[in-house]
Amino acid sequence: MRRQTVQGWLLLLPAALLLVTFTHFPTAATLYHSFFSTAKPNRPSVWVGMDNYRAMVEDPVFWQVLGNNIWYALATIPLSIVLAILMALWVNGKIPGRGLLRLSFFTPTVLPMIAVANIWLFFYTPGYGLLEQITGLFGLPSHNWLGSQSTALPCLIVVTVWKEAGFFMIFYLAALQSMSPNLGEAAALMGAGRWYFFRRVTFRLLMPTTLFVLVNAVINSFRLVDHIIVMTKGGPDNATSLLLYYIYDVGFKFWDAGYAAALTLVLLVILAAFAMGQFLFLDRRVHYQ
Amino acid sequence: MTRALETAGAWLLGFLWALPLAYAVWTAFHPSEFSTHFVPTAPLTMENFAKAWAAAPFARYFVNTILLVTMTLAAQLVLCTLAAYAFARFTFRGRDVAFMLVLVQLMIMPDVLIVENYRTMSRLGILDTLIAIGLPYMASAFGIFLLRQTFKTVPKELDEAARVEGAGPLEVLWKVYVPLAKPVYVAYGLVSVSYHWNNFLWPLIVTNSVNSRPLTVGLQIFSSGDQGVDWSIITAATLMTSGPLLIGFLLFQRQFVQSFMRAGIR
Repeated sequence: MRRQTVQGWLLLLPAALLLVTFTHFPTAATLYHSFFSTAKPNRPSVWVGMDNYRAMVEDPVFWQVLGNNIWYALATIPLSIVLAILMALWVNGKIPGRGLLRLSFFTPTVLPMIAVANIWLFFYTPGYGLLEQITGLFGLPSHNWLGSQSTALPCLIVVTVWKEAGFFMIFYLAALQSMSPNLGEAAALMGAGRWYFFRRVTFRLLMPTTLFVLVNAVINSFRLVDHIIVMTKGGPDNATSLLLYYIYDVGFKFWDAGYAAALTLVLLVILAAFAMGQFLFLDRRVHYQ
Repeated sequence: MTRALETAGAWLLGFLWALPLAYAVWTAFHPSEFSTHFVPTAPLTMENFAKAWAAAPFARYFVNTILLVTMTLAAQLVLCTLAAYAFARFTFRGRDVAFMLVLVQLMIMPDVLIVENYRTMSRLGILDTLIAIGLPYMASAFGIFLLRQTFKTVPKELDEAARVEGAGPLEVLWKVYVPLAKPVYVAYGLVSVSYHWNNFLWPLIVTNSVNSRPLTVGLQIFSSGDQGVDWSIITAATLMTSGPLLIGFLLFQRQFVQSFMRAGIR
């Protein structure tokens, strides 16, 4: 038993050391530093209590960014999940050319987000990009898709859905392939329609996959801002700024480490709350064998 | 009737999904005056790639990315294997708490701890190095979790048989567990390589010179630079940087898809 303990911890040690240094310690340090002012050349960082948080509550940009992020999550998550299920059902069925379809759906997943963002930036370019050429064919006036407040965020949502749906499709495809074909045959014998069968059987059997995908989608909606850096830099007027992008801006453009720590803490609380919710409410068998 | 509609719908979606990439390929392989003229007779050219290659130190960026990806994966494989083995086959005090603490990283990834991790790297004096880019990701909770699940399915009898023959714990790990987990290593490797090939925000923050910049950051600096907006060259650069991954994916499509499946479903 003693030997097991020593050997076990020795095996764990290298990974544990790195995990503590780059996950647990920075999490604690974020909390700690959020109570300090940012060091300036002429005055060092001092304890300011809740000042950073007070500034945050009064910062209209923070609320706008938080709102943006919630909209972004509420739009990208259901859209990509619905499309992913649809794609998986098609690719799993007997549709002609399904190899090609699967390739088309999945390819965006392999590309770097930054490359994807470049391609879409070109796609959206006013007057010149493909989108404008298509809308031009229908005689629609030119529109600066990424440059106007009302369309910029939806444009980014489209990019995210395009990139993510194929990734989630893979998990649904795996789940569908492990399903017994007898189920469908039995239902067909009993005269159940396909939509009825999907709703009452397939969709329920896909539930664990949906939960898994949901967790991933939520994390991604708070973790991935590469496309924002490339396509809009949070603009116009913060219309497309998400929480992590704002943290990046505050931390590495204004070099306001204290405020950035407070903002990071909000992000961590959101992620932790979600983790707790998942732990408490969702079926643990989804992730544990 | 509905079947036909469905097929049409599937094809429409497939077409829409392929469109942006097809457009990029068209633009990159044609002279810029054809980048928005879709005539089948447009001459093909590689000149955009040549111009992009010459306009920025892409060769260096390629080397950096390949080094980064290899180094990170190698460290991940070693660290995660050892930790997963401890979690799967050793009973010791604090094991379950330690495992929960590992799982924390699944939610709070290094991607969101940029401010504090930057502080740490600067204190360690390794800003602007490849090590700094890879270090936060080397102990991967995902890898530990995946391998632990796999090691748990290895029959205990095999383990015991090897021990009876006098093999130590590390020898058992190397001779019994690792070979049996081969497909999982391949799956994890593909997922890790594509993740780190594509990673952008953290490398953007910790690097500030050509010597350490990976492709993604190099591409961003190149395309937002002052070469004017020659989309043909920018798309060529974009395709070039994702090229190896994309070609690898097209060649080994089945393995890729199965690896992503295996990594997600347990």
